[in-house]
Amino acid sequence: MTTPQATMPGGPGTRIQGFRSSVASTNAAPIYLVLLAIFLAAWVIVSLAGRPFLTIDNLTSMLVRSVALGIVAAGQTVVILAGSLDLSVAYLISVAALVSSLIMSGDPSKIGIAIAAVLGIGVVVGLTNGLLVTKLRINAFIATLGVGLILRGLLNAAFDNFAGKVAPEFEVLGYGSIGPIPLSVLLLSATVLGVWFLLRSTRFGHHVYAVGGSEETARLSGVRSHRIIIGAHILCCLTAVLTGLFLVARIRAGAPWIGPDGGYDLESIAAVVVGGTALAGGRGGVWGTLAGVFILAIIDNAFNALQFNSFVKDVVRGVIIIAAVAIYAQRERRAGR
Amino acid sequence: MTESTAAVAPSAPTPATSEVVEASLLSRIVRGVREAGPIFFILVVLLVLIVMKNPNFAKPSVFLAFFKAAAPLAILAAGQLFVIVAGEIDLSVGSLITVVVTSAALMIAGNPALALPVIGVLFLLGALVGLINGLVTTRLGVPSFIATLGMLLVLSGGIFLLTGGAPRGSLSENFRVFGRGNIDGVPVIDQLPISVVILLVVAIVAWWLLHRTNFGQELVATGGNARAAQLAGIDVKAVRTVAFILSGISGVIGGILLGGFAGVSAQVGQGFEFQAISASVLGGAVLGGGRGSVPTTIAGALTLQALFTLLNLYGFPTPIRDAVQGMIIIAAVGYASYRLRGVR
Amino acid sequence: MPDEPAGSETAPMPGPAAATAAAPSAAATAPALTPILEMRGITKSFFGVPVLRDVDLDVRAGEVHAVLGENGAGKSTLMKILAGAHQPDGGTIVLDGQEVKFGHPSEAQNAGVSIIYQEFTLLPERTVAQNIYLGREPHRGPFVDTRAMGKATAELLRSLNVEAAIRPNKVVRSLSIAQQQTVEIAKALSFHSKVLVMDEPTAALSPHEVAALFERVRLLRERGVAIVYISHRLREIFEIAQRVTVLKDGRKVGTSEVAATSTRELVKQMVGRDLAHYFPPRATPGEVAEPRLAVRGGGVTGLLHDINIEVKRGEILGIGGLAGSGRTELAQALFGVRPFDTGEVQLDGKAIRIRSARQAVRRHMGFVTEDRKIEGLVLPLSVRDNSLLALRSLGSFFRRGTGALTIAELLRTLELRGAGLEREVRFLSGGNQQKVVLAKWLACEAQILIFDEPTRGIDVGAKAGIHDLMRQLARNGAAILMISSELPELIGMSDRVVVLRNGKIAGELPPGPTESAIMFLATGEQDVASAA
Repeated sequence: MTTPQATMPGGPGTRIQGFRSSVASTNAAPIYLVLLAIFLAAWVIVSLAGRPFLTIDNLTSMLVRSVALGIVAAGQTVVILAGSLDLSVAYLISVAALVSSLIMSGDPSKIGIAIAAVLGIGVVVGLTNGLLVTKLRINAFIATLGVGLILRGLLNAAFDNFAGKVAPEFEVLGYGSIGPIPLSVLLLSATVLGVWFLLRSTRFGHHVYAVGGSEETARLSGVRSHRIIIGAHILCCLTAVLTGLFLVARIRAGAPWIGPDGGYDLESIAAVVVGGTALAGGRGGVWGTLAGVFILAIIDNAFNALQFNSFVKDVVRGVIIIAAVAIYAQRERRAGR
Repeated sequence: MTESTAAVAPSAPTPATSEVVEASLLSRIVRGVREAGPIFFILVVLLVLIVMKNPNFAKPSVFLAFFKAAAPLAILAAGQLFVIVAGEIDLSVGSLITVVVTSAALMIAGNPALALPVIGVLFLLGALVGLINGLVTTRLGVPSFIATLGMLLVLSGGIFLLTGGAPRGSLSENFRVFGRGNIDGVPVIDQLPISVVILLVVAIVAWWLLHRTNFGQELVATGGNARAAQLAGIDVKAVRTVAFILSGISGVIGGILLGGFAGVSAQVGQGFEFQAISASVLGGAVLGGGRGSVPTTIAGALTLQALFTLLNLYGFPTPIRDAVQGMIIIAAVGYASYRLRGVR
Repeated sequence: MPDEPAGSETAPMPGPAAATAAAPSAAATAPALTPILEMRGITKSFFGVPVLRDVDLDVRAGEVHAVLGENGAGKSTLMKILAGAHQPDGGTIVLDGQEVKFGHPSEAQNAGVSIIYQEFTLLPERTVAQNIYLGREPHRGPFVDTRAMGKATAELLRSLNVEAAIRPNKVVRSLSIAQQQTVEIAKALSFHSKVLVMDEPTAALSPHEVAALFERVRLLRERGVAIVYISHRLREIFEIAQRVTVLKDGRKVGTSEVAATSTRELVKQMVGRDLAHYFPPRATPGEVAEPRLAVRGGGVTGLLHDINIEVKRGEILGIGGLAGSGRTELAQALFGVRPFDTGEVQLDGKAIRIRSARQAVRRHMGFVTEDRKIEGLVLPLSVRDNSLLALRSLGSFFRRGTGALTIAELLRTLELRGAGLEREVRFLSGGNQQKVVLAKWLACEAQILIFDEPTRGIDVGAKAGIHDLMRQLARNGAAILMISSELPELIGMSDRVVVLRNGKIAGELPPGPTESAIMFLATGEQDVASAA
């Protein structure tokens, strides 16, 4: 927690109050209870069905599954907090996977160039999204949808199968581990911690919340709201690129369907809203998103274990997303009364 | 309202209403054409370009075939327009189309006697989907983009759950006739596609609803300023819900036409929600609500179809359509927002 | 609330306020005569409507320079230009001898110009400290120095004697309205600027809070800060300002030394004629008939308590009170927007339930809201469609009804000039927009009308027109409830005045009450100036 209370009278009391208010403002606590409940429910149900759930293997696989979505959802959290959103990430993930695997073509010496190149692409796409939203004042939904369609068109026109090949050393990112901890989990942790720190402790982060809360208020207070929104879009696209790199390290070659098949655009938004971040921006945080990612992963895992038809998953996912947003909307409505 | 005396005593009620309405009708048409000009112009340019590349296109039968292909999208766009004008968005229509086509095939299973009852069931289904979208949006306070997105997942998951992953059954000929049949022996053009007739009917009904009824004006007011509309006594929740129902019904009509035109497949409705949105936006509808017109939206749909046709003629790979559509959406919305804030 | 005009208190009174307040310090810190800030020939239009025409303003270090004008005179726009929130169409700004151009509020801030806006600009989801230092967070590199920010905020709050109630890391949403106002003031004081603009900072404050604020303002002035103080409360200007510039209809009327001017002179400059506004005659006893709408023990949790009022046919019932006293909430409760939780509403003696605006409209009620553009009009729609809005909601879904009277005729009655039926209302002037809002209710023959700030943002000429219309409506049998924070309007228009304080009825006053009687009920405090 922060320190200013220490200078104030009434030490412990204020500390608790401060802790409460900051936790309440992230809305993260209740969602972790929900996560726990879902975890326990899945455990019981899957175990009753005689399938493994609480095994190291299964837990690890759940974690690794969460990595790809978790990284991009962390970025998506930032754009949504800033009052925007990004629907282009799924195709950007494919672009990152394809371009990096094409540049590497199995050559370890090109790993650096490949990573630099796709990060550059991420910056360009994020910048484009941000400029469309701020300077041309195009509704974020439409702007990023449009950019996504452009990327999809170009991808599908140029590729219809796997292309390129990552360097074997690069696969470490997808399969390596340090001690018992998979490298990919560390990657996710680093991303989430990084975004958390950014939002909590930097001026950029503070301004993201302010712009999402009220762009006009932020602007009149001297915040460069356009720069903040553009920055949030760039950050989100960089996380999408990171997800693309992770996925291509696991799949070993890029393909145009990697992103869209994972549904990373809608899934990442779903994880963010399930995690309690307001779609309108200004309220929430990356820890909630992480819980949202885990919830989606557990449900996915349980359905797989129970050998449910994949279409059931779609239905349930749709219902969960609507229900989550509806519950938050109702709570908001009651709080506003 | 006879029991109440008018507060500001007007001179005795006059039946002069029609005169005022008529004058305004004319000025409205003038204003409409002036505001809508660009899209019709672009449409004509594209059609001319198509004819230049492929002179056959000018033949009535080929030309009408173009309209036949464009009819489902135009109908969908008209339905989507109601939702957009109300300030919402409906992403579920694409998967609704797939549901309509695949479930029709499943239910009819080639038996012509079932075609009509099934069509009735489909309309109920479309209205129900729209009703749920509307209620979730207005009563539960879920943004329509999320509500209809969830509906998209539920519908697409649901239908394949029913069919077991691949479309089963088949459509009867009397079902498919709406999408691909023609009325023979029409003077001058000889054959008139049934779908074009349906498009015309839908267009006229939609135009009447949006531009000539209290409901339409309440819808525009709701999209333009929901708070003011509500304070003026408009039941904005009901108005919005009806808009979603209309969109659902347009999805059913579009699905029936597409099923006839393109046949049964699991991908039949894919991407149509975005195309419908693009068409409305091209036709000058403003996302966020309050502005939009049926004729220009249909022109927008035809323009999109013409563009796709042109891309085909010039031999671009099909996926490029997506990229072009993306650029069009961005350009159209960017232009609209520029125009709204720029000129006075 | 503006000082003055109408009635008994029109006599010039530069006396007590100016003398008590300005005397010691103004002499001690005689401001440098060279201005620190000069605005020259500022011109600005919105949607082709000129808002500012060739306005000059110069402010010296160590002075409080008041900018005075009616609503809509262009004060706020001028200040937003100074603060970089709007860019002028023409004119120059010279700060410290250098010409500056502010393309963004942050540029103005960096140059030492800050502004406190009239509306609240707090973010409910952020903490007190985060709000106060928004955009100016103490930082080390890219990192916010949370400790320094908390400490500075704590000090600031301590200087306002509120450190016990308001903690720096409390989320603003959890504060009471009064506490939020205090945070707003703390924010104002946290600026270390050369030029500080305060846009109507006292609109929602009680006299005690105003006194505390003025104390701080004097301190800043003594430190050499140039303060631009916007208000339409003349008394405050005599208390705190050294010079005053009057704007009217987007033009500068003149700048004068406060010590050398009088209330009468300023009012004349503001409204452009000697005596303020003429109000139509009140209702005669014979014109006021039976109660139409009555509330018995009405309450809305946390907002209104034990409300007992009735509005009679033919009368205009005025509702007074400070901002935040529950005036607008009362209107909203009556109209079903946020209905009463407790108590009973009666229409013509029969208990009824109004749970939504729709039900109110169906009972022939009308609500002319405080903010036309947000709540009254659908801006992209035409005059005709806006006028028909309520009527349509009464009509059948599928018909296109215009009712018995044509809108054209109605608008002729309202004397809406210079606007065609098909013109989008966003292009109309404030007065004409208000007439369209009225047309909307008259078209569906509303009998019980609620006016919330009926003439806000309307120029003087059009104001009289609206006032005449309201009276005419009452004469023709309407029951009118009028909320107003403009005391002259409240006094001049109302047949009775009910004053609210903290969500309760503080008292009722007969026709033609004095301003101090109203303020006494509104604040519960004896007004310092009038008591003296």
